[in-house]
Amino acid sequence: MKPLRSAWEFVVGDDWQTALGVVLALGVTGAIADSTGAAWVVMPLAVLALLALSLRRAARRA
Amino acid sequence: MSGTEVGLALSVLLACAVEAVEALTIVLAVGTTRSWRSALYGVGAAVVALAALVGALGPALTSMPIDTLRLVVGGLLIVFGLQWLRKAVLRAAGLKALHDEKAAFAAQTAAARDAQGRLMRGIDTYSFVISFKGVLLEGLEVVVIVLTFGANQHKLGLAAAAAGVAVALVVLAGFAVRAPLARVPENAMKFAVGVMLTSFGTFWGAEGAGASWPGNDAALLVIIPVLALAAIGMVMWLRGGAVVEEAA
Repeated sequence: MKPLRSAWEFVVGDDWQTALGVVLALGVTGAIADSTGAAWVVMPLAVLALLALSLRRAARRA
Repeated sequence: MSGTEVGLALSVLLACAVEAVEALTIVLAVGTTRSWRSALYGVGAAVVALAALVGALGPALTSMPIDTLRLVVGGLLIVFGLQWLRKAVLRAAGLKALHDEKAAFAAQTAAARDAQGRLMRGIDTYSFVISFKGVLLEGLEVVVIVLTFGANQHKLGLAAAAAGVAVALVVLAGFAVRAPLARVPENAMKFAVGVMLTSFGTFWGAEGAGASWPGNDAALLVIIPVLALAAIGMVMWLRGGAVVEEAA
């Protein structure tokens, strides 16, 4: 279990919500990519939103 | 060299330089306090382990289908990049203490003086283990960056060379000043690395998921400055104190 936990901490760090958000955003991009040419919009917007939310959580804890 | 390759080399160089500065502080503290020979053996062993990791995982990554590779690499880079960027923004906004190499050096030196160590075949085990762990842990993130950037562009050699140049520059500077590199603008470099990793991750991740960027590679010339400006804006937002006041 220890190697798995170390790998989780190394990849995800202390902010699992952001990692989950990235996975969901990539999933949404994949789901709509076939039906629209504007699927590229999802990732930049998601990244900006995830960064802002992550910072807000961290600032409230500070 | 294409624009994407310049971005690749620059990202790896900056990320590697930042991690090398932190590893240098640990090795300097142990080497000057206890045993240079044992500390350098530890560094050598860690470098061999990291190189073996690149050698083992590199070919496996480059043999993956390109869309799968971009999806996985993109996702990983965004998660890593956002971690770097979040910490850099919090430090720039004054909500997290700046990394202080002088303080880290003092703490490592004090710990090295107080620690008991055993001699095995003339090697001080404490110096060896601390140097090995320091370089390995700081180097792991660089290995991931070298592998993901290098494999995705099929430029593992370029990524590894950029990492090598960064390590050489930091080691030379360390030997020149014989002290931790406290004047290196670490947070600005971490901010830049966070922006680059997140931008390339966004670009490749969306491509891997099946999206097509307007302007293809040129889209990166928009993504990088927009993300950098947005992150600077977030520093100012946090400096304003609205979020902290809201929580109070």
